[in-house]
Amino acid sequence: MDIVISNTSETPLYMQIYEQICAQIITGEIPVESCLPPIRTVAKELRISVIPVKMAWEELERGGFIYTMAGKGCFVAPLQSGELNLKRDSLAYAKMKEDIAYYRSLGLSMQEIIELVKRCYNE
Amino acid sequence: MELLKVENLSKKYERFELKNVSFSLESGFIMGFIGRNGAGKTTTLKSMLNLVHADSGRITIAGKDFKSDEFDCKKNVGFVLGGVDYYPKNKLKAITDVTKRFYEEWNEEEYQRCLKRFELDPEKRVDELSAGMRVKYSLALALSHNAQLLILDEPTSGLDPVSRDDLLELFQELIEDGEHSILFSTHITSDLEKCADYITYIKNGEILASTEKDTFLNTYRLVNGKAEQLTPLLAKKLIGCREHKFGFEGLIKAEDIALAEGTEIAPADLEAIMVHLERK
Repeated sequence: MDIVISNTSETPLYMQIYEQICAQIITGEIPVESCLPPIRTVAKELRISVIPVKMAWEELERGGFIYTMAGKGCFVAPLQSGELNLKRDSLAYAKMKEDIAYYRSLGLSMQEIIELVKRCYNE
Repeated sequence: MELLKVENLSKKYERFELKNVSFSLESGFIMGFIGRNGAGKTTTLKSMLNLVHADSGRITIAGKDFKSDEFDCKKNVGFVLGGVDYYPKNKLKAITDVTKRFYEEWNEEEYQRCLKRFELDPEKRVDELSAGMRVKYSLALALSHNAQLLILDEPTSGLDPVSRDDLLELFQELIEDGEHSILFSTHITSDLEKCADYITYIKNGEILASTEKDTFLNTYRLVNGKAEQLTPLLAKKLIGCREHKFGFEGLIKAEDIALAEGTEIAPADLEAIMVHLERK
C-alpha cells in the first residue's frame, strides 16, 4: 500500500488518502479481503493527525470499498471484477464530469475534447 | 470513550478570571491547547488537577469525578507542568525512586525504555541536564505509570527542532492503541499542525473555540488587498485588520468571504489565526 501526501496541494488530506487507496483497490494492488492498517498507525507513519485518516476510511466504507469488523479492523470488500469496474467507471465519470465542464467553459467542442484526450493519453 | 471532560471551570482572581471553561477529549486523540501568555492555559491545566482550587466546575476523567475520586484520577493522569523543578543536586535515579512509590502501577520496563529513547543517564544530577533533557526526564516519569491521559504544559518549548519532532512522534505512538489521549499547551503552533486532532483556544480566560483542527482552520481565511478594496462593510468583518502603505491584510470568517471578492484570499494557518484574533 502506498500513500504519498502533499501538504501544499489544495485537495484536502482525507481526499488525497481516499483517492489513492481507492485507486489501489480498483487496480488490485491492495487485494480483496486484505486488512487495512489501523488509522492511528497510518496517522503516525504519515505524521498527520488522526481525523483525516478516519474520514478517508469512512469515505471508503461509504463507497463500499472496505468493511469494518468490530475489534478486528477494516478489510477490503470482496468485490467481483465486474463490481470493481463499475466503481472504477463511476469514479472516472465523476472526475470527468468536472473536467468536461471546464473544457466546455473554454468553448471546446466534443470532437476537440476527444482529440485532446487522445493526444494526452498517447503522450 | 470520553476520557476527559471539563465543565464550567471557573476561578476568580483579583485581576484575572477563568470563565466557565468547558471542553472534552475522547480517548485516542491529541488536543492542542493554545492562547497567549496569560490567557489562562496554565491556570486551566492546574485547576483541572486541583493544584489550583477552582471556585466551581467539574472535571471527569475516564468517567470518574475528580473531586470524589482524586486518587484514582491522578493515577490515570501523567502531567508535566512548566516551572516545577526537581532537587538540582539529586541524581535522576534518586528522584525516580521517590516518584515511583506514589504509583501503584509503576511500569519499570516502560521507564527504562524512555530513559533509553531520551538518552537520559540515571546517574546524572538534575543540574547537569539541559532544559530539553529536563523536559524529557519529566516526560519519562509521566509516561511510566500506565496513565491514559497526558496533560503537558508547553512540553516542546526549549527543545530543538529535532527533539520536538522526536517528541511528536512519541505522542503519536502513545495514542496509536486508541486508549490514550494527550492534552498539551504550546506556543509552537507548527507542532499542532503536524499532530493535533483538536484545538482548544483560550482568550482572556474564556474558551473561544474547542473543535477539530481542520474545522477550526477552515473557519477563517486570510485576505490581502489594495486600500481601495477595503470597503466599510468589509472592514467591519475583518478580524485584526492591518492597513499599511500599500494596502491591507486581515482575517475573515469563511462565511463572509463574498465581501472580499477581488482580493487575494488564502487559507490561514494556526499562527496567522492567533495573531489576528489577538490583534487590538
